[in-house]
Amino acid sequence: MAEIRNYTLNFGPQHPAAHGVLRLILELDGEVIERADPHIGLLHRGTEKLIESKPYNQSIGYMDRLDYVSMMCNEHAYVMAIEKMLNLDVPERAKYIRVMFDEITRILNHLMWLGTHGLDVGAMSIFLYAFRERERLIDCYEAVSGSRMHATYYRPGGVYRDLPDKMPKYLKSKLRSNKDLDKMNQDRQGSLLDFIDNFTKTFPSSIKQYDDLLTNNRIWKQRLVNIGIVSANRAKQLGFTGAMLRGSGVAWDLRKNQPYSVYDKLEFDIPVGVTGDCYDRYLVRMEEMRQSNRIIKQCVDWLRSNPGPVMSSNLKVSPPNRGDMKGDMESLIHHFKLFTEGYCLPEGEVYSAIEHPKGEFGIYLISDGANKPYRVKIRAPGFPHLASMDEMSRGHMLSDVVTIIGTQDIVFGEIDR
Amino acid sequence: MFDKLIKIFKDFTLSELLLGMSVTAKELVNTKITVQFPEERTPISPRFRGIHALRRYPNGEERCIACKLCEAVCPANAITIESEMRDDGTRRTTQYDIDLFKCIYCGFCEEACPVDAIVETQIFDYAFESREGSVLTKERLLEIGDENKKLIDKTKLEDSKYR
Repeated sequence: MAEIRNYTLNFGPQHPAAHGVLRLILELDGEVIERADPHIGLLHRGTEKLIESKPYNQSIGYMDRLDYVSMMCNEHAYVMAIEKMLNLDVPERAKYIRVMFDEITRILNHLMWLGTHGLDVGAMSIFLYAFRERERLIDCYEAVSGSRMHATYYRPGGVYRDLPDKMPKYLKSKLRSNKDLDKMNQDRQGSLLDFIDNFTKTFPSSIKQYDDLLTNNRIWKQRLVNIGIVSANRAKQLGFTGAMLRGSGVAWDLRKNQPYSVYDKLEFDIPVGVTGDCYDRYLVRMEEMRQSNRIIKQCVDWLRSNPGPVMSSNLKVSPPNRGDMKGDMESLIHHFKLFTEGYCLPEGEVYSAIEHPKGEFGIYLISDGANKPYRVKIRAPGFPHLASMDEMSRGHMLSDVVTIIGTQDIVFGEIDR
Repeated sequence: MFDKLIKIFKDFTLSELLLGMSVTAKELVNTKITVQFPEERTPISPRFRGIHALRRYPNGEERCIACKLCEAVCPANAITIESEMRDDGTRRTTQYDIDLFKCIYCGFCEEACPVDAIVETQIFDYAFESREGSVLTKERLLEIGDENKKLIDKTKLEDSKYR
C-alpha cells in the first residue's frame, strides 16, 4: 500500500482571500487543516526604523500607512505618546474632533471588514453596500484633511485645521438633470457637522440592511457559527485585544477601562460575545458600529455648541497661524524652527495605547532628548491575532481558514510594519 | 414548543433568505450612486491634496524664494532644490524638483511654505509616459500653477481662514 502523506498547500501571498500579502503554509489531511503556518514580512517597510531618522511631526504620515484601513486611529496613538512626553494640553474641541474621527474610522474599518469578510465567505452583495457608506465617511476624511485615506490630520497638540463649515458639492454635468443634482447635493448643503449628523441618522438603517442580508442567513451562519472558537481564558493568554477578545466574552475595552481623550464623558456600551466563534465576533463588530454611531452623534452635538481653538497655543510644538507668521518676526522664527528642526522631547520613555478598531494599538517611544525618537516600537493588534492562526484553524476545513482570516480582520500594513 | 414551531416554519419558508433578497431587490430600483467619472466628478474638498504646483505673484514673479523649508520638512525627501542669487539681488531657485514616486502627498510642503509658493492642487487625474515624467521640474510646476491659477486661487482662498 502506498504511503499516505499530508498535503502541503501554499495559501497566498497572491490569494484574493489572503487580505493582502499573507502567505500561509497549510498542511492538509484531505481537506482538514493539520497545521497552519503564517509567513509574514512581505509588506515590511521598516517603519519603526524610518521613524528614528525623522523629526517627530514628519512621522505622522507614516502612521496612516500602518493599518491602512483605520488611518486616524494610528495617528491618535502616536500623537498621544508625544503629548504624554511633553505634558502638552490639548484643547477640548480638538479632543472631541479626534474622538469623532476615531469613531468614524472605526466604522470605516468595520465596514471594510464586513465587506471583505462577506466577499471571502461568498456573500457578494454586502461588499457594495458597505462601500456605499464608506464613501460618505471617506468624504468626511477628505473634507477635513484633504486626503481620502492617508489623512495626516492629527498633530501633537490638536488637529491641523478646524472642521470646514461647507461641504464640497457635486458639480453640474451633461449626464444629470438639475433635479438629480439637487438630490445628490441634499446632505451637502450645510457644514461638515451637518453632513456627519445626517450620516448618523441614516446609518442605523444601513446597518439594518446588512443585518437583513447576513445575520440570520443560513449560509452565512453555516460558514461562521462554531468556527474558530477561542475561549475567554485562551484569548487572554494569546494576547487578543479588541473585538477578538470581546467576542470571547471578555469585556475589555481601553475606551472604558483606561479612558483617554474624552471617552469618559461619552455614553456607549461595550458589546461582548458568548461562545467566541466567528459568528459572535461578527455580531460584536456589528454592534460596535452602532455604538460608534452613538458616540459620533454625541460628539457632533458637543462640537456644534462649543467652538474654540483646535490646536495647542504652545508655539514650541504647534505652528503659528499663517497670518501671524507673515506679520510677526517671532512667529516666523517659530515657524522656521518648527519645520526644520522640529521640537525635542525630554529624555524618557512612554507607552500610549488606544482602542483601535482591531484592538489595542500602542506606541512605545523612547527619547534621548533629541528631536527624533531614539526608538519606537509599534504594538500592532493584528500580530497576536495572526499568531493564533494555527490554533484557531486546526481541525477545521480548508474553506474555514478563509473565514478565520476574515474574522481576525488582518491588515498587513501594521503586522509587517 | 411554540418557538420551535415558528423556527421550523421560518426555516421551511426560507424567510431569512427572502428578507436578504428583498434588500437587493429594493436596491435594484433605488437611485444609483455611481458617478460616471470623466464626464462628472465626485465632490472635491478645497483641502484636497493632489498634484503640486508653484505659484506666482500677480506681477508674474515666482513666489518661491528657495528657503528650502519644504525640502527640510518633506518626510519622503522628494523635493530637491538648488538656488542662486539673481542679478537683482533676490534669491531664486535654479532647480526645484519633486519626485512624484517618492512623494506621499502629506501636504507638509504646503504647510511649511512661508510665501504660499508650493501648493497641492485638486488635480488627481494626471499621468506621464516615461519614468522621467515622474519628476516634476520647476518649469513643469510653474506651468501647472499657471494653467490652474483660477482653481488654485479659489480653493486656497476658501481654506485660508482655517490655517
